[in-house]
Amino acid sequence: MLGLRPLLGAAASFTLVAALSAQNAPQNQQTASDHFVIETGARLYGAQCSVCHGTNGDQINGVDLRANKFLTVRSDEDLTRLLASGRPAAGMPSFAVLHTDEARAIIAYIRSNFDATTDGVKIGDAARGATIFDGKGGCTSCHRVNGRGAYSATDLTEIGTVRTPASLLRALVEPAQAILPANRSVRVVTKDGRTIRGRRVNEDTYTIQLIDEQSRLVSLLKSDLRSFELVPATSMPSFQNTLTADERADLVSYLLSLKGR
Amino acid sequence: MKLVVAVLLVAASYRLDAQVTSERILRAADEPQNWLTYSGGYSSQRYSLLKQIDTSNVKNLELKWMVQNQVFGPWESSPLVVDGIMYLTQRPNDVMAIDAKTGRMFWLYRYTNSGRQQVCCGAQNRGVAMLGDTLFMGTLDAHLVAIDAKNGKPLWTTLVADDKLAYSITLAPLVVKDKVIIGVGGAEYGIRGFVAAYDPRSGKELWRFYTIPGAGEQGSETWSGQAWEHGGGSVWVTGSYDPALNLTYWGVGNPGPDWNPDQRPGDNLYTDSVVALDPDTGKLKWHYQFTPNDGYDYDSVQVPVLADLMWKGTLTKAMLWANRNGNFYVLDRETGKFLSGTPFVKVNWMNGFDEGGKPIQTPQPVGMPTYPGVQGGTNWYSPSYSPRTGLFYVSAWENYGSIYRKEPVEYEAGRRFNGGAGATVKPVPDAPVMPGPAAARSPINTWTNAVGNGAVIAIDPKTGQAKWKFQMYDVTDAGILTTAGDVLFTGGREGYFHALDARTGAVLWKTYLGGAIMSAPVTYSIDGKQYVIVNSGNVMATFALRE
Repeated sequence: MLGLRPLLGAAASFTLVAALSAQNAPQNQQTASDHFVIETGARLYGAQCSVCHGTNGDQINGVDLRANKFLTVRSDEDLTRLLASGRPAAGMPSFAVLHTDEARAIIAYIRSNFDATTDGVKIGDAARGATIFDGKGGCTSCHRVNGRGAYSATDLTEIGTVRTPASLLRALVEPAQAILPANRSVRVVTKDGRTIRGRRVNEDTYTIQLIDEQSRLVSLLKSDLRSFELVPATSMPSFQNTLTADERADLVSYLLSLKGR
Repeated sequence: MKLVVAVLLVAASYRLDAQVTSERILRAADEPQNWLTYSGGYSSQRYSLLKQIDTSNVKNLELKWMVQNQVFGPWESSPLVVDGIMYLTQRPNDVMAIDAKTGRMFWLYRYTNSGRQQVCCGAQNRGVAMLGDTLFMGTLDAHLVAIDAKNGKPLWTTLVADDKLAYSITLAPLVVKDKVIIGVGGAEYGIRGFVAAYDPRSGKELWRFYTIPGAGEQGSETWSGQAWEHGGGSVWVTGSYDPALNLTYWGVGNPGPDWNPDQRPGDNLYTDSVVALDPDTGKLKWHYQFTPNDGYDYDSVQVPVLADLMWKGTLTKAMLWANRNGNFYVLDRETGKFLSGTPFVKVNWMNGFDEGGKPIQTPQPVGMPTYPGVQGGTNWYSPSYSPRTGLFYVSAWENYGSIYRKEPVEYEAGRRFNGGAGATVKPVPDAPVMPGPAAARSPINTWTNAVGNGAVIAIDPKTGQAKWKFQMYDVTDAGILTTAGDVLFTGGREGYFHALDARTGAVLWKTYLGGAIMSAPVTYSIDGKQYVIVNSGNVMATFALRE
């Protein structure tokens, strides 16, 4: 590979253009053609961008493309302009030679949080998902979004920037497999006989920090504990049977739309 | 009164006039109040004979003073202390001379890099070397600078290698006799690495040993085609010296491209090796390769620790080496003969050694984790050896793996030449990538020990087995200091400064400094008082016993 020099994936372009022209889906819904575009973007990204930005998009200071964290860029239009102009002062060349649709494909890949393997993950309607989140799903009884909801589970305000569709769906149907170890529930008994249940928020060699079931921030010295156990099961229920596949797709779409305030 | 002042003045100026000679470094053990070279002495044991602070009173340590680093980023530097003056570097290439009793600064020298410098892994500098009244520092833009230790003014600057090709220097030089020895970094950019010696007066290069043999040279048969031209083999951690054998030992880094061994068939000497060189000529006396045809970035840039031990009934001049590849080695440092190799963390890239001490490699299927992971079972973190306990101490990453991916890469001058990637195994599939370096997880540890943990492992060199272990929750990049008071000092990512019992691993004392400890502690003594220092975050903290 010749480093940074833009190379055209010319053969792919015809089909890409066709697929892009056929694309007429509302925001936050992914279709078969989206998959094709994102996959094309993934290939182009691998050939053009990963040399400097890295496979995970986090090799440039202050930039994390996979998480959609940029220095100056906000909109897709900004990204398009940046690809065309480059940022010579920072060593980024112009990619003006890319076909418009190729640039769009790279942007689509970035916007998908680098998830080119979304096969099987259906993305529904975000607005309907929001209704399920607040209502039938009962999510706010544990989770919090944009200042609303409970503290006992993780705050999901920015979940759309750090999780892929596949991992969000997995969290809905197999929560025990998708929960980060750091978020596991703990049950501790202090030497003076108090029992505290809560969600672990941080831990080191000598201490543990958690938020208890009454939403209090608690910091404990391990040497003060009689017992400390990670609760093997998560208190989050599986939505395998309580929501339909379409409802889960709507919920995933809503979660993906949560990109912070 | 006048007389007293005069005497004090004489005493103070005498301190500044003291000359550091190679002879003095050779006899560093005779003046444990000082710290004359990167690892404390030519044997690189990072062991001090000071014992005012011991296992019974270490709990009475208190903070004396701090130095606030004005430059952000991991602080990997380890200072020298010479007759009451500390010489400490900060990013990228600043040197400070500090009163080691009060923390007050005498001078600050700032080297201006070319602006073209490229380093894979941060604008690090790990320290200076001293000879006479001159300090020596390697720079990120691959120069060697001599600095007047009294006023911080540069005496000369020598170009070591071309920064346009991404050569850099991050290690502390080593003074041996009348030469200043350095090595270069840049294997992530396809350099051809080397160790070189310089005249301390003129800055003239006296010899150069390429860690990648050229066409036709001995060892070139372990390369194919032109791959050697960009074969890597950085040297970015300070070596050791055995005056009786007149050999200087240096650990050599990974081959290039890092993760695609298919592009460079063969063992790829002298990457991932230790080389024993004649310090007068730079001629190779022997080598031992830890990881032939490496595809895992297992740099062998650990500090070579020299110790004399009884090995199967014979007093042996040994070299002790806990390698990034997860094995602890004992070598005969006179001949380079492999004496033993034992995993000290989970290892699955190899299983056992052949009769010559060559690892039997067991590559994992594509997409499956390899242990240890890309940061290694250990890395450049200074280990320690205590002759009192007979134990070797290493900062280790336990149960930590990576999934490697290789791909072809074409060399382009000054650009990354990695040939793939090594992705840390995540706590759950699709776990969020933390900002910063792939393995960063402090100050909020969301990855937990589910993806590995740090530990100090005390290894009995005779068996290769752990005598004890001190497990941390997060990983550690801190080096280790041991003392004749049988105290082991170390840190870790979490920001604790730990004092352990060197015989048992029991925690004797700890204090939370709040910033990752990314270098090795140092100890020294002034006016009969023992101090121990450690860098945490952007602070260097100095401790001594409560009065």
